[in-house]
Amino acid sequence: MTEHVSNRPPRGAYIHIPFCDHICAYCDFNKFFLKNQPVDHYLDALTQEMINYSELGPAQTVYIGGGTPTALNNRQLERLLDDVCRYFQADRVKEFTVEANPENLTDEKLQLMKDHGVNRLSIGVQTFDDDLLRTIGRAHTAEEARAAVRRAQQAGFDNLTLDLMFALPGQTETSLRESIATALELDTPHISIYSLQVEPRTIFHNLMKKGELRLPGEDIEADMYGQILFELEKHGLRHYEISNFARPGYEGRHNSLYWSNEEYYGIGAGAHGYVQGMRYANAGPVKKYIDAVAQFGRGRSSVHEVSEDERIEEQLFLGLRMMRGVSIDTFARKFGRTLDSVYGDQIADLKKRGLLVEQDGRVRLTNRGIFLGNDVFEAFLLS
Amino acid sequence: MSETKKSRQERIRNFSIIAHIDHGKSTLADRILEATQALTEREMKAQTLDAMDLERERGITIKLNAVELNYHAPDGETYIFHLIDTPGHVDFSYEVSRSLAACEGALLVVDAAQGVEAQTLANVYLALENDLEIIPVINKIDLPNADPDRVKQEVEDDIGLDASDAVLASAKTGIGTDAIMQQIIDKIPAPKGDPEAPLRALIFDSLYDAYRGVVVYVRIIDGTLRVGDKIKMMATGKEFEVLEVGVSTPKIETRDALSVGDVGFLTASIKSVHETRVGDTVTGAERSAAEPLPGYRRMNPMVYCGLYPIDTARYNDLREALGRLELNDAALQYEPETSEALGFGFRCGFLGLLHMDIVQERLEREFNIDLIATAPSVIYKVVHTDGTTEEVGNPSEMPERKFIESIEEPYVRATIMTPNDYVGAVMELCQRKRGEFQTMEYLDANRTHVIYDLPLSEIMYDFFDSLKSSTKGYASMDYEMHGYKMSDLVKMDILLNAEKVDALSVIVHKEFAYDRGRAIVEKLKELIPRQQFEVPIQAAIGQKVIARSTIKALRKNVLAKCYGGDVSRKRKLLEKQKEGKKRMKAVGSVEVPQEAFMSVFKMSHDD
Repeated sequence: MTEHVSNRPPRGAYIHIPFCDHICAYCDFNKFFLKNQPVDHYLDALTQEMINYSELGPAQTVYIGGGTPTALNNRQLERLLDDVCRYFQADRVKEFTVEANPENLTDEKLQLMKDHGVNRLSIGVQTFDDDLLRTIGRAHTAEEARAAVRRAQQAGFDNLTLDLMFALPGQTETSLRESIATALELDTPHISIYSLQVEPRTIFHNLMKKGELRLPGEDIEADMYGQILFELEKHGLRHYEISNFARPGYEGRHNSLYWSNEEYYGIGAGAHGYVQGMRYANAGPVKKYIDAVAQFGRGRSSVHEVSEDERIEEQLFLGLRMMRGVSIDTFARKFGRTLDSVYGDQIADLKKRGLLVEQDGRVRLTNRGIFLGNDVFEAFLLS
Repeated sequence: MSETKKSRQERIRNFSIIAHIDHGKSTLADRILEATQALTEREMKAQTLDAMDLERERGITIKLNAVELNYHAPDGETYIFHLIDTPGHVDFSYEVSRSLAACEGALLVVDAAQGVEAQTLANVYLALENDLEIIPVINKIDLPNADPDRVKQEVEDDIGLDASDAVLASAKTGIGTDAIMQQIIDKIPAPKGDPEAPLRALIFDSLYDAYRGVVVYVRIIDGTLRVGDKIKMMATGKEFEVLEVGVSTPKIETRDALSVGDVGFLTASIKSVHETRVGDTVTGAERSAAEPLPGYRRMNPMVYCGLYPIDTARYNDLREALGRLELNDAALQYEPETSEALGFGFRCGFLGLLHMDIVQERLEREFNIDLIATAPSVIYKVVHTDGTTEEVGNPSEMPERKFIESIEEPYVRATIMTPNDYVGAVMELCQRKRGEFQTMEYLDANRTHVIYDLPLSEIMYDFFDSLKSSTKGYASMDYEMHGYKMSDLVKMDILLNAEKVDALSVIVHKEFAYDRGRAIVEKLKELIPRQQFEVPIQAAIGQKVIARSTIKALRKNVLAKCYGGDVSRKRKLLEKQKEGKKRMKAVGSVEVPQEAFMSVFKMSHDD
C-alpha cells in the first residue's frame, strides 16, 4: 500500500502579495505596480481563500512572499497579519516568514510583524554593490540594506535570511566576494544566494534579445558558485540546498516542504499550491483573481492531478536539491516500491558519471553533481 | 462576326508561362483561370496551380500541373486552352524542357521593375529550342518603380524577341489579361499532328496517387488515346492497359479519348513513377510508332547526401517514407548505407540542392521523422593506381591516398548576368571558388554576361548567397553541367574526442584544406554544446592534424530557484532539456546536435 499525501492536511501556506513600488529587471514573478491597485479588495480575497483552505487544517509554516509584502501600508499589513493569525492559528505556526525589501522595512512594520508572531524575515538584499543594485533595478542602496538588517535585529528578529544574487550582468568575482563578506559580517543565520536566471517577460530578457546584456558566462558563474560554497561553509553556514545556506537548526522549514515533496496551500494571485494530490496555480491578474475568489471561494485557474509517476519523479528531482538527498526508506514507504526497482539504471549511470552517491541509506548529489544538478534531475523523468 | 466553324484541333492552344521566381507567374495563371471561368470565385484560392504546401511557402512550383480551359473569345469561337505549368528552378530544368515540348507557345512574364534575369533567359532558350512562339508580358506595371520601356528594350536586346507587341500587364489587378488572351489565340499556332497515325504521347509529368496508381500527364502529338487501349512506354518498354483518360479543368474530368493536341492524363494501374519517366513516349502496344519523340533523357542525381534518423529505431519508418516519396519522384534515388557515427541510414541522390532540401523537409514534415543529413557531396571519379575507376558520392568512402592515381570532379558552366559595376566582384568570387574564366558578353550599356567554369561542389557551397551579397542582389545566374576535370582534392576527416566521425568527412581542394579545417572545427565548437567532459575537435588529412579546437567541459547547469513552489515550471524546464537531447545524436560519448552535421557544408563559404 502506498501512503497517500492527502491523508494529512498541507503543512505550509504560501501567501502572495503581487504589489511592488517598482519592478526589478530580473523579476518574473507575478507582480504589478502598487499604484491604483485595488489592494483592499485583494486582501478581502486573500481572507476568503484563507477561510476556505484553513478548513482543511492548520499550517505549521506560513510564508508571505511577493511581489513586495512590505509595500503594503501599515493598516493593510496589519489586516493581513491579523487574518493569518486568525485562520491559521498563530500558536501552532512554527515558522512565520515575511519577505521584506530594505527600503520599506520601517520600525513600525517590524513591530507590527513582531506582534503578530512573525519569527523570520527574508530580506531582499541581492548585492551590496551599489552599481549593481542600480543595474538590476533595486530601489535601495547597500547602506540602506545594511541598516535594514540592523533594524530588524534590534527589533528582536534573530532568524533572518538574506537574499543574494550572483552571475549578474557586470558582476565581478571581487564584487561578489565583497558582498559575501558584508553579508557574513551581518551575521544572519541563513543566506539564500541565487544565480541570475534570465526569464522571459523581464527587462533583462528584452536586453538579452537585443544583445545588450553582458552576462559573466558559464565559466565565471561556476567559479563564483564554487567561491560561494567555500566562503559560506567556512563561516559555519551549511550548504543544505542548491541555493540555501544555514547555521544548523535554521534551515528554512517552509521551503523545505517544497523540496520534500510535501503539500502546501497557495494563496493569492499567481500563487501555486499543492493540496489533496492536486497541484494548482491561481489566476495571475489581480482582477481575475479577485473575481475567481468571489465566485468560487478560491482563485484557481488551473489544476493538475499529480500522477503516481509524477510524484515519484518529483520526490527525486525536488529531493535531490537538498544536500542530504533522498531517503531510500522514505521512498519505499511512500511509493510501495524500492528506489532501485524504479531508478536502478539511472542511479548506476549517475554514480558512474560521478554525479550521485549513495550513503547512509540516502542518495545525494556529489560536489560535481551539485554544479550539474539539472543533468541529474533530468535523468529521473520517467517518460 | 462568326467565321467558318473551326475544327477542335484548330481551336486548341497549348502554352506555358515562363517567369523568374516572384515575377508573377502564379498570379497570372490565376487571372487566366478567372477569365475562362474555370473556377467559381468560391473555389478560387489564390495561386491555385501551386498545390503543395511547400510550393506555396517557397513560391516555386515543384510538381507540374496542366489545366484545360474553355475560352469564349470575342470572335465567337470557343477555344481550348491548355495551360501547362513549369517548375521554376534550375534543379528541374529537364522537366521544364519536357513541359515546354508539350506546348506550341509560351508567355514570357518579366517583372517591369526587375527586368530579364539569367534564369528566365535559360528557360526562354529552352522554349526557343522547342520552337515555341513566345509572347512577352511585362508584368507589375502598376508598381511605382516599374520601367516597362527599359524592360521591353531588355527583352529585345537580351533575348532578341520583338517586344513591340509586348502586353503591359498587372496580373495582380487584372490589367492586360484580355490582351494576353487575344495574343494566345492569334500568335500561338494550333497543334499539328495526325489523328490517324500511331499514338505518340509525350510524358511531361507523372504523380503517384494512392487510389489510382500513377497519374501520367501527357501531350498527344499523334494519334488518339482511348480508355481500354493497350499502351507501351517506349523507353522503359513497360506495357499497360489504359483505365482512365481525362483532363483537369482544374477539376478532374474523365473523357473517352484524348486526341491530337490534347493535354491530359491517363491512369493504367501503374505502380511507380519510375515506369513513366518524364520525356518518354507513350505509344500503342500493338500499333506502335516507328520512332519515339525526341529528347528523352534519364535524369541522374547530381548531389548526394546521407540521411539518418536521429532515433535509430525509426530506420524502417525512414525507408518506408523514402519509398513513398520515390513513388512520386522519379529523380530521387536512395540506397541503404551505414555510418559508424550515425548508424543505419540511406545515401540519397538528388537533382540539386533545392531538390535535396525539399525531400528532407517532406520527410520531416509529412512523415514526422527527425533526420540528420550529412553535408551534400558531388560524385567524384576516382582513378585507382591499378587503373580502375570508381565513382564516389560519399566522402567517407574515398579510398586512401596511396591507392589514388587521380580524382576528377564535376564542373558546371555558369552564366552570370550582372550589372557592369559588379563584374569585378563577380569575377573575384568566381576566382575564389576555383572558377576558370571563359568569356564575357556585353549585353547592353549596363549589363554583362560573365561565363565561368566552376566546380559543382563550389556552386553548392553558398555560391548563390555570396553572389547575391557581393552584387547587392543584382546578379542572377544559371548553369549547366559541363563534364569532369581533374583536381587536387583530399579527404579531410573530423575527429571528436579523438574518434573519427565518418559522417563529417569532406572532400576539399588541397589548397583550401587548412582554412576549411579551421573553419569547420570552430563552427563545431560553437554548435556542439558543452558536455560533461572536455571534447577535443580535430580536422585531419590522413594522420596529419591540420586544425584543432576544444569544447570545454560543462561546468554549471543547475536551476537556482524553485519559483515559490511552482514545480510544474521546473518540470517543464527539465522536460525541455530532455527533449533537446533527443534531437542530438550520440557520437561515441559526445552528444552532437542535428545541425552540426550540415555545418561542414554551411561553413564553406567563409573559407
